[in-house]
Amino acid sequence: MSIHAADNPKHQRKLLYDRYIRYLFIACAFLMTLIILSIILFISRQGLLTFTEVSLSEFFLTEKWDPTEQNFGALSFIMGSVYVTLLAVSLGGPLGLAGAIFMAKIAPKGLRAWMRPATDLYVAIPSVVYGFVGLTILVPFIRTYFHVNTGFGLLAAAVILAVMILPTIISISEDAIRAVPATLEEASLALGATRWQTIWRVLLPAALPGILTSFILAMARAVGETMAVQMVIGNTPQLAKSLFMPTSTLPSEIVVEMGNTPFGSAWGNSLFLMALVLLILSLCMILIIRQIGKRRFA
Amino acid sequence: MSAKIINKLANAVFWSAGILILAILAAFLLYILVKGIPVLSWNFIFGMPSDIQAGGGVGPQLFNSFYILFLSMLFSFPIAVGAGIYLAEYAGDNRWTDMIRLSTESLATVPSIVLALFGMIIFVDLMGVGFSIIGGSLTLMLLNLPVLVRVTEESVRSVPGYYREASLALGATKWQTIWRVVLPNALPGIITGLTLTAGRALGESAILIFTAGTTVSRNFPDPDLFAAGETLAVHLWYVMAIGLVPDRIDIANGISALLIITILMFNLLFLIPGKLLQRRSTSTQR
Repeated sequence: MSIHAADNPKHQRKLLYDRYIRYLFIACAFLMTLIILSIILFISRQGLLTFTEVSLSEFFLTEKWDPTEQNFGALSFIMGSVYVTLLAVSLGGPLGLAGAIFMAKIAPKGLRAWMRPATDLYVAIPSVVYGFVGLTILVPFIRTYFHVNTGFGLLAAAVILAVMILPTIISISEDAIRAVPATLEEASLALGATRWQTIWRVLLPAALPGILTSFILAMARAVGETMAVQMVIGNTPQLAKSLFMPTSTLPSEIVVEMGNTPFGSAWGNSLFLMALVLLILSLCMILIIRQIGKRRFA
Repeated sequence: MSAKIINKLANAVFWSAGILILAILAAFLLYILVKGIPVLSWNFIFGMPSDIQAGGGVGPQLFNSFYILFLSMLFSFPIAVGAGIYLAEYAGDNRWTDMIRLSTESLATVPSIVLALFGMIIFVDLMGVGFSIIGGSLTLMLLNLPVLVRVTEESVRSVPGYYREASLALGATKWQTIWRVVLPNALPGIITGLTLTAGRALGESAILIFTAGTTVSRNFPDPDLFAAGETLAVHLWYVMAIGLVPDRIDIANGISALLIITILMFNLLFLIPGKLLQRRSTSTQR
C-alpha cells in the first residue's frame, strides 16, 4: 500500500463499500423492529375490531362461546390456556430443574455428553408428533386408568406440554447453574457442607435469575403451543371443571375455527382478538425476563 | 435425618431425574420409529396422496416440506446474518441497540399461531399470494429470523478480538475484516444454529396451515411458487383432525417416522461437519 492511501481511488472505493455495507447491516437489524411492530399493529387492528360488536366484558368475563348465536365469551379459552400452562410448568419444571442440576453438577462426563444432544432432540421433535403420540398413547391411557369418558382434557395437554418444555428449562437452567462462580461452591464445600446443602443453599440461590428466566420462557412456549394441545385437549368450548373434561385453549381454538370463519366478521375478528391476548401475554413475559436479567446478583 | 442421608436421597433424586429425561426421549423416538418404519415404502414416501381410499402416499408433501424449508432459509439467512453481524460488530451500547434486541427477543417468543395469522393478513391477503408455497415460506421466515440472529451474533462474538485487530492493523477495512476473518471463524457456530433452526422449521405446522394451505398441487413435483403447499407436518395434523382416509393412523405413523428420521439425519449431517470445521480452524490457528 502506498503512502498516499487516502488519495488512492481504489482505497476510496473500498471505504465507500465499507460504509454502504454498514447501512445494509443496520437495515437488517431494524427489520426485526419493523416486523414485531407490524405484527402488533396488524393483529391488534384486526382483533380490536371485535369490540365494535362485542363488549369487552362479554369477551373476557363470560364463557358462552357460540358464534352462530352471536355469543363471544372467550373466558373458557383464556382459563384453559392459564390452567394448562400452570399445570405443565408445575409438572415439567421440577423435573427439568432436577435434570439441569444433574447435568451441570452430578452426571459423569460420559453421560453429560449424551444429555446435551438429547435436549436438542427434544426441541427438534415436531409439535404435531408430540400431539400425535399424546393422542395415540396418553389419551387412551388416561381413559383406561382414570376411568373417564374420553381421556381428552387438561391433564393430557399438560403432560404433553410438560415434556415439550423440558428442553427450555434444562438448557437455560443448566447454563445458569454452570455460570455460578466455582469459588462460591468451593467455599461451601470447604465449610463442610454436603453436596446437597451446597446445591440448595449456594448454587440455586445464585442461579435463581437464570432459573426463573427458564421457567418463564417455558410458560411462554406452553401458552403459545398450538398443535400438540389441539390434538389432545378435546376442543370443546366449556370452562374446565376437572382435569379430565374436554376444553380448549386460545391457540387451539384459533386453529380449529380459523379455517371456517369469514375474514372480517365478528367471529373472525374475535379469533384475532384471542391472538392479540396471546401476543400480549408473550410480550409481557419478555418484559419480565428483562427485569430479572437487569437485577444482577452479587 | 442427618445431612448425609439427605444428601444421598437428593443424589438419588437427581440421578432418577436425569435418567427419566433420557428415558422419555428414548421411549418417544423408539415408539415413533417402531410404529412408523414399517409404513415407509417407496409408494408411501414418493406416491401421490389419496383423499378417500387407503394407500395414499406423501410425495408432494415431502417435496413441499423441503421446498418451503429451503425458501424460508434462503429468505431469512442473509437478513439474519446481517442483523447478527450488526449486533455483534457495530452496535453501540445505546437505546437503538436495546430496541433491536428487545424486538428480536420478542419476535422469538411470539406464538407460532400469531405469526400464522399475521402471515395470513400480510402475505396471503394483502399481497394476494393465496395459500401458497411462497406465502408459507415468507411466514416461516419470521419464525427462523430471531433464532438465526441470536446464533449469528453469538458465533461472531465468540471470535477472539485479536483476530480483528490483526486484520485491521494490516490495513483491511472493517468489511474486509468481517468477510475474510470474522465470518469464516464464526461459520461452525452459524452452521450448527442453521441445523437447529431447519429442524424446527421442518416440523412447524401451525404457521403453515393458514399460509401454505392443506392441499397439494396435482403435479408432482411442482416448483410453482404459487401452488398450494401442504407439508408433511401439516398433513399429519390434517389426516388426524379432519381427514377421511381409513388408513390415517398408518399415514400419521409414517409421517412421524419420516420427520424424525429427517431431523436425526439433519443433526448428524450438519453437526459433524460443524465440529470438523471447528477443529480445522482451531488447529491451523495455533
